[in-house]
Amino acid sequence: MNTWLTIERLGLTEGSTRIIDDVSLSLAAQRTVVLGPNGAGKSTLLRLIHGLLHPSEGALRWAQPLSQAMVFQRPIMLRTTALANVVYGLKLKGHAKEVCQRRALDSLAHVGLEHLAQRPARLLSGGEQQRVALARVWALEPELLILDEPTASLDPASSREVERIINEIAASGTRILMTTHNLGQARRIAEEIVFIDRGRIAEQTPVAEFFTQPRTLAAQDFLQEEMP
Amino acid sequence: MTEFSDSFLTAWQLLAASDARLSAIVLLSLRVSLAATVIACVIGMPIGALLAVGRFPGRRVLIVLFNGLMGLPPVVVGLLVYLLLSRAGPLGQFGLLFSPTAMVIAQAVLVTPIVAALTRQVIADEWSEYREQLRSLGASRARAAATLLWDGRFSLSTAALAGFGRAIAEVGAVMIVGGNIDGVTRVMTTTIALETSKGDLPLALALGFILIAVVLAINAVAYAVRGWAERRWG
Repeated sequence: MNTWLTIERLGLTEGSTRIIDDVSLSLAAQRTVVLGPNGAGKSTLLRLIHGLLHPSEGALRWAQPLSQAMVFQRPIMLRTTALANVVYGLKLKGHAKEVCQRRALDSLAHVGLEHLAQRPARLLSGGEQQRVALARVWALEPELLILDEPTASLDPASSREVERIINEIAASGTRILMTTHNLGQARRIAEEIVFIDRGRIAEQTPVAEFFTQPRTLAAQDFLQEEMP
Repeated sequence: MTEFSDSFLTAWQLLAASDARLSAIVLLSLRVSLAATVIACVIGMPIGALLAVGRFPGRRVLIVLFNGLMGLPPVVVGLLVYLLLSRAGPLGQFGLLFSPTAMVIAQAVLVTPIVAALTRQVIADEWSEYREQLRSLGASRARAAATLLWDGRFSLSTAALAGFGRAIAEVGAVMIVGGNIDGVTRVMTTTIALETSKGDLPLALALGFILIAVVLAINAVAYAVRGWAERRWG
C-alpha cells in the first residue's frame, strides 16, 4: 500500500512538557500498532492524528482525505439502547432514518450483539459495551480506524472477541492504527510496529523483525520488561 | 399555646373537609408555579447546556452572571416585572398586571437562572466524560449540547425540582405582580402572609401544611422516578 499519511516534525507541548517531540513518520502499512512505555505519548499521537488535539508545531499530510473513526479505551455509551447508540453515530453523518436503522442492526450482528440491540447500553458488560462501540464505528465504514488500547480494561475472552472484530474490520479494507499493552495482540494484528519513547519515534519496523531483532536499545528494554 | 393547638385543629378540619376556597388557592399555586417552571426549563436548560459546551466570547461572564442570579431577591424580580407590565410600562398594553399570567412571568424570570446554572453544572460534568467521543463522531457543539441534555435528563430533573421549589415557596414576586386578589391571584404563600397578619392562623397554618406536603410529595416522586430511571438506563 502507498503512504497514506506523512507526519512532519509534529510537536505538542503542554506547559513545559514536550509530550510529542519532533515526530516525523510515514504510514503506509494497512495495520500499524504503536507501542511504547506508559506516558510515552502513544495516546496523544493518536489523538493528534484523529484531530482531537492540535499540534503545537508540525503538520499532518494526508495523501488523500480519509474518513476516520476512533475507539477509546473506555467505551462511552449514551443512556439509551445499544441499537440507538449505533444509530447515533450514523445519524450524525446525515444518513436517512431507515438507512441508519438497517446499517446499525447489521453492524450489531457483525459484532455478535444483535440479541442485545434493545438493551440499555450502559448496563451491558464492559466487553459488550466495547463491542457496541466497535459496531458504532464499523457502521460508519471508515477508511481509517484508530483504536486507543481498546482491550486494556477487558477480560481475556472479551479481548479475543474485540481482536477478532478488529481483524474483520481490517479485512474489509479499513486501515487500522492502534495502541495496545498486549504484545501478543500487537503481534497478531500489526504489519508494522511504531515504537515511541518519551515523545519521540524510536523505530518503525515490520512486525516480525520488531519482535525478534528490535533495532533500538529502548525497544529491546521494553520487550524484555514486557516479556520476561 | 391553646391558640396554637386550636389553629392546628381547625387546620385539619379545613383539610379534611377539602374546603373549596382552600382547594382553589392550592390549585392556582400549583398551576402558576408549574407553568413558570416549565417555561424556565424550556429557556434555562438550553442556555445552561450551551454555557457548558459552547466556546464564545463572554461565556465566563455569563456563567458568573447566571450563578449570581440564582440568588435574585423575589421582591426585586416582582418590582421589575411590575414596571414592565404596568400600564405605563413597555408591555402595559397587554393588561397583564394582577393576573395569574403576570405571576407566571415573574416566577419564570426568578427561576430561569436557577435552572440554567444547575443545568450548566450537570452538563459540564457530562461533557468532560463524553467530549472526545462526541467530537470524534463529528457532533457540532450545538448537537453535543442537545445530546447531553437528553442523556442527562434524569440528573436534570433535580434542576427542574429546585426551580419548582423556589417558585412555589416565594411570596415577594407574586405578591407584587399578582396583587393577592381574592379568588383571582391569591396563592398559598400570599394567603399565608395575609391571614397571618389578619390573625386568622388556622387557614394560614393549613396552607403551610399543604405547601410543605406538596413540596415533599413532588420531591419524593421525582426521587423515585430518578432512581427507577437510573437503574433502567445505567
